[in-house]
Amino acid sequence: MSVEDEIELMGQRLNEKIKKIFGRSLHIREVDAGSCNACEVEVNALSNPIYDIERFGIHIVASPRHADMLLVTGPVTRNMELALLKTYNATPSPKLVAAMGSCACNGGIFGETYASGGGVDKFIPVDVYIPGCPPRPQAVIFGIMVALDKLPQKIGKTGVKP
Amino acid sequence: MNREFTEALKKEFGNNILDEVTSRNETYLTVKKEANVKICDHIYHHLDISLVSIFATDERKKDGFFKVHYVFSLDKGDAFVIIKINIDEKTPRYNSITHKIAAANWYEREIQDMFGLIPQGHPDPRRLIHFEDMPAGVYPLRKDFNIRTKPQRVKGEYVYRRVEGEGVYEIPVGPVHAGVIEPGHFRFSVAGEPIINLEIRHFYTHKGVEKLFENISLDKAVFLAERVSGDNSVAHAVAFCQAVEKIAGIDIPPRAKYTRTILLELERVYNHVGDIAGIATDVAFGMGAAHANRLKEEILQLNEKVTGSRLLRGMNAIGGVRRDIGDKKDGILLELSEIQRDFRELMEYLMSIPSLMDRIETTGRIYNDTAKGLHVVGPVARASGIDRDTRRDHPYAAYPEFNFKVQLQKGGDVYARTVVRADEVCESIGIIEQALWSFPDGEIKAMVGEIPDGYAFGYTEAPRGETLYWVNTSNNKIERCKVRDPSFCNWLAIEYAVLDNIVPDFPIINKSLSLSYSGNDM
Ligand code: SF4
Repeated sequence: MSVEDEIELMGQRLNEKIKKIFGRSLHIREVDAGSCNACEVEVNALSNPIYDIERFGIHIVASPRHADMLLVTGPVTRNMELALLKTYNATPSPKLVAAMGSCACNGGIFGETYASGGGVDKFIPVDVYIPGCPPRPQAVIFGIMVALDKLPQKIGKTGVKP
Repeated sequence: MNREFTEALKKEFGNNILDEVTSRNETYLTVKKEANVKICDHIYHHLDISLVSIFATDERKKDGFFKVHYVFSLDKGDAFVIIKINIDEKTPRYNSITHKIAAANWYEREIQDMFGLIPQGHPDPRRLIHFEDMPAGVYPLRKDFNIRTKPQRVKGEYVYRRVEGEGVYEIPVGPVHAGVIEPGHFRFSVAGEPIINLEIRHFYTHKGVEKLFENISLDKAVFLAERVSGDNSVAHAVAFCQAVEKIAGIDIPPRAKYTRTILLELERVYNHVGDIAGIATDVAFGMGAAHANRLKEEILQLNEKVTGSRLLRGMNAIGGVRRDIGDKKDGILLELSEIQRDFRELMEYLMSIPSLMDRIETTGRIYNDTAKGLHVVGPVARASGIDRDTRRDHPYAAYPEFNFKVQLQKGGDVYARTVVRADEVCESIGIIEQALWSFPDGEIKAMVGEIPDGYAFGYTEAPRGETLYWVNTSNNKIERCKVRDPSFCNWLAIEYAVLDNIVPDFPIINKSLSLSYSGNDM
């Protein structure tokens, strides 16, 4: 199957889920918590004409205040810790957090050192882990779908409607 | 070249030079600590030789001293001259050279943070890598610092430069930006629209890479090098491998050299095309951006077909490459010719759009003397008329065997940088084609045993410019690995490039410099 067909199939499923839960679209804020920038290359690829995730209802937004989900990359460096916490707190609940890439999942090759925090879930609650270094765009889309499945549960807990 | 040069230096500074060691194209001269300014100034200004890096080592265990190395690159004769000074632990101070050589600014501050060696007389002695919440006395690259230490957070304040006057106000931006880019802080002082001062503050993504190198095995270190600056993976990995191969005297097979060259150029092509897409995005020319992004994606998919990784990772190893790409030859050639055709068409189209040209011409000028003074590297330097390219000046891999032109422009503006990148894409495709036409048979990896103790430089011309690794091995482990990413040089230039430009042009200028935060912060 070509990449285009693959994405078309995944995208339709994704779109249905988003429609069911959010009515229209899912807003994502990306946070680089100290990545090597290759994860960003793949996040950016999601918006190129081949993947073009906007057509499935995913919008990458400029501010956490507009976001339903945070997509966090990097091992959370000492110097980015505060900025990550602030971004998390600025995101309205109920919110989802996806840790993208080995670094975000558990620190990856950078591990836990004087400068590197060793994974996003040490600092904020994480709903889904997307492994890979960097994960391919397909994997990111899949990860977002898995995260979406968790949302109804979360909404149930808070009683807030998205 | 090295010989004549060191002889001339000895004549000039005879009794200040304590020791001389030459290995291959590197000459290390240990000089008296007090003579560093005089000698560096002479080499830099009088002999007109570029200062490409400054770094420190902690050799207290060996001979009781810290060393500071000033690395000069003799581009004409493919050689390096390294001036070394010894610094005693009890008086951890030495004379700053920044007032003579502006390019030394960040290096000296980096050494101050990481080793606790104080450059006396530095015009801006603030911290660089450590934030204000780092307690005093934490020097991660000292040998007695444990990498797992988690220093407390303390209270402190970072003082920004202030511009005052009627109508002057500040715009703080970052570290978390609106777009999908890496974190960093920018503080603009503006009067109306024009920017009158920009101060950048980085190192949010400091991950302790250099310390980490000292704590992992040599094989694994190749993977770490790939992750210093993710979109320049190949350039970093090759530079690292070459340094280790130089130490061990390993001559890698021709097929490996060719493969590395092809990978390096594929990396350049996708980066440059991506940068051009970024320029189109930032001038809000969506259609051009869509085309360029589609092309970039095609190259990433080609990368995946050839190496299994969209970012060409996992291919390099000490001694050669890990996967043979011989059977992909025809596929690569075919796809590249299509990509080249589309790319040419795209560039013609972009350059014919008046509203795009209007935004990029004369925007974000970096004058030749500024670029030279700050030791700007790569396509950015070449767009300001600096004729330097590691592939030609310090040949490595299979580059000596191919014809290619170093692309130059004089303007120093966003337009010039775009043109240099566009021309380099075509040159790169030309290099890949030459390499595939004459792709040699044979092994792809040399036998590698224990790596002997030693030190050497490895260098590549990454898509962003000159990338330098200095590796010191001992007991088959890394004792010290100094990484000099091109962005560490080029970030300094952005504060000049934006002056007198309007704030809305900042994203374009930033994009046209294509700077890596991760490679800079490490
Ligand atoms: S997971 Fe890999 S690609 Fe992503 S930031 Fe970490 S090292 Fe880079």
